[in-house]
Amino acid sequence: MDLASAKYIGAGLAAIGVGMAALGVGNVFGSFLEGALRNPGAADGQQGRLFIGFAAAELLGLIAFVIAILILFVVK
Amino acid sequence: MAAEGSGIDPMHQFKVEPLFGADWSIAGHNIAFTNSALFMVLTLAGLWLFMLGGMKRQLVPGRWQAAVEGMSSFITNMMDANIGPKGRAFTPYVFSLFMFILFANLIGLIPLGVVPGVHPFTVTSHITLTAILAFFSFGIVVIVGFAKHGFHFFSLFVPYGTPWYIAILVAPIEFMSFLVRPFSLGLRLFVAMTAGHILLDVFASFVVQGLNAGGIGYGVSILSFIMIIGVSALELLVSAIQAYVFALLTSLYLNDAINLH
Repeated sequence: MDLASAKYIGAGLAAIGVGMAALGVGNVFGSFLEGALRNPGAADGQQGRLFIGFAAAELLGLIAFVIAILILFVVK
Repeated sequence: MAAEGSGIDPMHQFKVEPLFGADWSIAGHNIAFTNSALFMVLTLAGLWLFMLGGMKRQLVPGRWQAAVEGMSSFITNMMDANIGPKGRAFTPYVFSLFMFILFANLIGLIPLGVVPGVHPFTVTSHITLTAILAFFSFGIVVIVGFAKHGFHFFSLFVPYGTPWYIAILVAPIEFMSFLVRPFSLGLRLFVAMTAGHILLDVFASFVVQGLNAGGIGYGVSILSFIMIIGVSALELLVSAIQAYVFALLTSLYLNDAINLH
């Protein structure tokens, strides 16, 4: 396998991480909504924590994206 | 390089180019006025106009003043909830940070590209800017932490009530996670903006290429155009969320330094 094809395969594999992060972010918001519908009065006070969880879950997907970009554009 | 031959070059929009003064230099360093600098100035001007219109201090606020007050009370409430009364001293910093990032993100999303010869640019899609903002936040946390608590600030790395045999394991991990904070803070904003703009650029290329291809290409063009509208709406949301997350995480890190356990 030549280097160019290996790079594209690697970048494609790194993109799986972005999809996994999508699962995580969806889980964060889904669980929040589930809890918020059971107790709407407490929902507004927990929005800060919602976004902390969102940020933590999203960061790993963004790092996977950075890895894909590094593989495509930086690795020679 | 990634898409040679197909004509799509989604990374071109991030190129920093000198607009004028390409030969200006101070002590061997080029200080040309780039498109990045231009859009930072535009962000500053927009922010300045927005704040100027809302700081008339009327007793009954008009629409504009209500908008500015809504923004500032949003950040003040967030600081109060996360830090408490001691956080009031840092509210102006976090407010400036939030508003600058929000305005920079939104100005980067204005479709200036439809005007011939004008190239839109998002300053927050460069890690040079977001990392500087993140290092500001990190520097303030470190300085405030050491100024308030002295060397006792190192107890940040040992959670309260940890037995010593666990602390030996936990302290290096906490130390690493503390050091990674500025990078994750800057990286999150930079990558979120970069990814969104690449996505918009790729779909815009699909529209043009579909029109050139004809036949079934028209269908591809229409679908891509609808997709651009959807992604643009998503990007507006991401712009606001990323500015909020940056301010929120800064306030949480400040809380560690101010209210050390």
